[in-house]
Amino acid sequence: MTFDPQAMAELGARMAQGTPQAAALNFRLVSVAPDGAAMAVPWREELVGDPETGVMAGGVVTTLLDHVCGLSVSCAMIAARGSFMHFGMATLDLRIDYMRPAEPRREVIALARCYKLTRSIAFVRASAFEEDEANPIATAQAAFAFTGPRPPLDGPAMEALGGGSVS
Amino acid sequence: MNDALPSTTREERLAAMLGAVPYFRFLGMTADLAGDEMTAVLPFADYLVGNVMIPALHGGVIGAFLEMTALCQLAVREPLRRLPKTIDVTIEYLRPGRAQTTYARADVRKIGRRIANVHVEAWQDQRATPVAALRGHFLLSLPEAEEAAPA
Repeated sequence: MTFDPQAMAELGARMAQGTPQAAALNFRLVSVAPDGAAMAVPWREELVGDPETGVMAGGVVTTLLDHVCGLSVSCAMIAARGSFMHFGMATLDLRIDYMRPAEPRREVIALARCYKLTRSIAFVRASAFEEDEANPIATAQAAFAFTGPRPPLDGPAMEALGGGSVS
Repeated sequence: MNDALPSTTREERLAAMLGAVPYFRFLGMTADLAGDEMTAVLPFADYLVGNVMIPALHGGVIGAFLEMTALCQLAVREPLRRLPKTIDVTIEYLRPGRAQTTYARADVRKIGRRIANVHVEAWQDQRATPVAALRGHFLLSLPEAEEAAPA
């Protein structure tokens, strides 16, 4: 595999605080891997969506999920190409199912896995939880389009991502 | 939301929701009513940016704005005992959200005793070129369905 763990860790750290909205929500990097990433958002009063229960707004979880899904695609690109820098990326759609409210006053973690990468599209699944992935607050499915030059995805690195088929 | 009783007006219900939920203030979001037609407004702010190169609003911020617009529209439409709970949302991103004010309008496509289906569209310069759309289902606690409502 050609992926560079240090490049991924640097990217993850930059994604955690490097965009204004991530910094405003105080996102924290939890982990990065060749096909996925995890990030957390700490609870705070001004992010509450239901004042009766103190539960964080769904929109905060949406933003965390969108952000970590994007990071997982960048990680997959680094694993497949050694770099993600040349490609713009746009979210096509994001579907979120809310299983239950987040627990009040607790950090929420989102874990995303880019399970398929083609020349033009990346497919991602993600879930949000407090500590146990098996007890999700929400699950998500997203598709991203590469907007820059098309990446050639041939080579051994793609095998680690489940093949290099092209759409 | 317990004070949002059936006798309240649309304006009162909308103001109660906007005033009660801290996350509206975090986003800087407001909403205007013209009769039963509501337009949600999200003024641009630097901290809402997700891509500094373009710059573009964070996709999550746009999704959150659309979802909160749906919740406001439901409060305008019905006297609710509690805030609606989001069951699921599908957000479609059509264009980058530029560094300018974003607007959204929601359409309650179906409202049953327990569940509402809502479509929302957000735009900036022209309503005919939306930046994003949302379709979602929301769990309601209508006054007459109180006994059947979940905890």
